[in-house]
Amino acid sequence: MDRKEYDQLAEELKPTGHKVKNGFNAFLYGGVMGVIAQAILEFFMNVYHCSQKEATPMMTITLVFFACLLTGLGIYDNIAKHAGAGTFIPITGFANSMSSSAMDSRSEGLIFGIGSNMFKLGGTVITYGIVSSSLLGVIRYVITLFW
Amino acid sequence: MNYIMAFLFSGFVCFLAQMIYDHTKWTPGHITSLFVVLGSFLDLFHVYDKLVDIFHAGALIPITSFGHSLMHGAMEATEKFGIFGIAMGMFDLTAAGISAAILFSFLVAILFKPKS
Repeated sequence: MDRKEYDQLAEELKPTGHKVKNGFNAFLYGGVMGVIAQAILEFFMNVYHCSQKEATPMMTITLVFFACLLTGLGIYDNIAKHAGAGTFIPITGFANSMSSSAMDSRSEGLIFGIGSNMFKLGGTVITYGIVSSSLLGVIRYVITLFW
Repeated sequence: MNYIMAFLFSGFVCFLAQMIYDHTKWTPGHITSLFVVLGSFLDLFHVYDKLVDIFHAGALIPITSFGHSLMHGAMEATEKFGIFGIAMGMFDLTAAGISAAILFSFLVAILFKPKS
């Protein structure tokens, strides 16, 4: 058995179970995240007697706060090890990416460290969000002009 | 009922992202960028608004909702300010989340030392 055959065999025997497990974990953690968000949303809707649309920013702020706090305490990374996409897809993942880059670059100082590097990982979301929304926004604007 | 809907949709989006993550060489940065673009695309014909009506927080919590909010704010402002509205209203709905993320990240970076 030469090297090539061995590699091929090893590839075939590789456990595929972990992918199923990862998918299940992501679904579970993501779902729990949605339930927590729903609970916070309904809490603020009752407290301030406002619509879901008005309560959404309050929910986002609360979740972002806890995500940053848990990142600071080092707990978020431990959850992320198990949850995978369940932690980086919800809005908490955005908060986590920003606070962890800010923390990691703290040693480089206030300006070139925290100030410049905060958006190192999370900035891509804002950049592409704005670029795509602008393009699609222009398209929609033109459609509404001639419709 | 709202809770079950929120669980299912949020879980489904995360599952989808995990499948992309496990089967391609993409990093979380690639995947979140893709989902944001997807979110703003789904708002082009107000599909995402319907999802929010059905799944509530389940549709508001994934990063796709960020793209949706950017697009939605821009669209609302164009009704009043025309083409300038796209830039003027872009952050109307997401301002709270981004401001909070910047402020809390700064405070956390000042107060805590990295563990690893």
